[in-house]
Amino acid sequence: MKRLASTLRALGGEGESRLLPEARLSGPMPWVIAIMIALTVVAAASALALRHAAQAASADLEGGVTVQIVSAAPAQRQREAQAALGVLRQAPGVVSATAVPQDELDSLVEPWLGTRAGDDLDDLPIPALIDVRLSGAATPARLDALRKAVTAQAPAARVDAQSSWLAPVFRAIGALQWAAGGLIALFAFATASAVLLASRNALGTYRETIEIVHMLGATDVQIARVFQRSMATDAAMGGVVGLLAGVVTVLGLVRQFAALGSGMVAQGSLAWTDWLVLAAIPVAGVLLVMLTARLTVLAALRRMV
Amino acid sequence: MPGARPDTRTGLDLSSMNQAAAEIVQFDNVGLRYGAGREVLADVSFTLYPGCFYFLTGASGAGKTSLLKLLYLAQRPSRGLIRMFGTDAITLPRERLPGFRRRIGVVFQDFRLVPHLSAWDNVALPLRVAGQSEKDIAKPVSDMLEWVGLGDRFQARPATLSGGEQQRVAIARAVIARPDILVADEPTGNVDPEMAIKLLRLFESLNRLGTTVVVATHDLHLIRKVPDSLIMRLDKGKLADPTGALRYPPRRPMDGSQGADGPLGGAGLP
Repeated sequence: MKRLASTLRALGGEGESRLLPEARLSGPMPWVIAIMIALTVVAAASALALRHAAQAASADLEGGVTVQIVSAAPAQRQREAQAALGVLRQAPGVVSATAVPQDELDSLVEPWLGTRAGDDLDDLPIPALIDVRLSGAATPARLDALRKAVTAQAPAARVDAQSSWLAPVFRAIGALQWAAGGLIALFAFATASAVLLASRNALGTYRETIEIVHMLGATDVQIARVFQRSMATDAAMGGVVGLLAGVVTVLGLVRQFAALGSGMVAQGSLAWTDWLVLAAIPVAGVLLVMLTARLTVLAALRRMV
Repeated sequence: MPGARPDTRTGLDLSSMNQAAAEIVQFDNVGLRYGAGREVLADVSFTLYPGCFYFLTGASGAGKTSLLKLLYLAQRPSRGLIRMFGTDAITLPRERLPGFRRRIGVVFQDFRLVPHLSAWDNVALPLRVAGQSEKDIAKPVSDMLEWVGLGDRFQARPATLSGGEQQRVAIARAVIARPDILVADEPTGNVDPEMAIKLLRLFESLNRLGTTVVVATHDLHLIRKVPDSLIMRLDKGKLADPTGALRYPPRRPMDGSQGADGPLGGAGLP
């Protein structure tokens, strides 16, 4: 940390850095910045993971179509299912069309209808299901064409895009992504506010020194540069701590979700580019702190003679 | 005294551009009040010429420090006109102020050293502010500290220096950048007579190099030590100029018109 601080000071010019004492963010400010950066990292990681999960699920379901044969009569259901299968396998753009086996259908309804002795699921009018894969996306036009072709041979058939079943889930994921973005914006705002207060506090503390340096001919920009460099040093230290805390938290969450074994959740892991984005958050934080400190100090100096 | 000082009786003519060009500072009917209080300076008009040595005298509360604040651009007047270096200092854009301030050396009455900096760094401050490299400032700063007798105390912080030592650091800081004007508020108030004379000689050396020096002081002994000096006397915020020395700078003693005991040497003293 000391080496980082001295490097940053050296970058800003050793002589100029002596114009004012190191205007360290007083008290808990570096820790506040560390907490903000850690929360931002977690929020950003969540948003990125959700985006991946949504993209992966969307890609899986993009070309998926489900055909249901909704008929109470088992014989008609069976006949129309076969007819629909025949039409689908001949239809252009259909990669595969597979009837879902009865065993699988029974297992799907089992949690709701039970498996007690004497239950006879065969007597229940469970729709026949056909899983269809298209070569591209199941666009409304392609769905309409399929629907017309299938219902011509199987009037009890209902043709739906699989993505439509998960549309509410995608909307929820989208809302969560927006919420994460909003949180990041709030964290940035809170950080800027904290830096603004710290800058004003430092200006008050060193007011006399600033007046002297002003009288000696220092420009507003020279003085602001000293402040912003000093604060950037503290922000960098807070940022490193915050990044480490955030990354540890994200790794823990990734591990927990991976252990759930849910396909959609497992697809929400982070790519290496995402880790680069997370690593850039402290850099953005330092730039935000420097900008806020600079604008605050310049505004205050303009009120002096 | 350098030849830049006028040696003929020249009255103020504010409309004359040629006149303004020869003047380093020009005050015309300047008034200053703090807030809604009474005017601490009223109708102050005078001209400072390049290379002259001025003493500013007056009783406590007469307005000497306020006048000096106007001179080193720490204060804007409530009324009147101020020209510095041929430019209207009142309407001077803020971004040009630092450039003007770098041409003015100031010895504050309360020293105003930067507490967290060593004596060496305090003296180096004007050079660093002006953007000089560390390599270029090392020798002049060390030499200056040696000259004011603080060569062995260069690392000391102001809090560990005596009043006199602080004053010497403040003076060294004010003159290190060879300003066009040196403004000193009671610069020898905390030093022994021997050091006071030494510091005065430093001011005179600077003056000989062309710097206009303005020293506010009560010390008549000090004033008499600079026979070529001009005297401004403030009385209750108004500039008293019984000898006309400001408007009509007298001839130097060597010119034969006036001796050391004349207005330059003490006749015009309060």
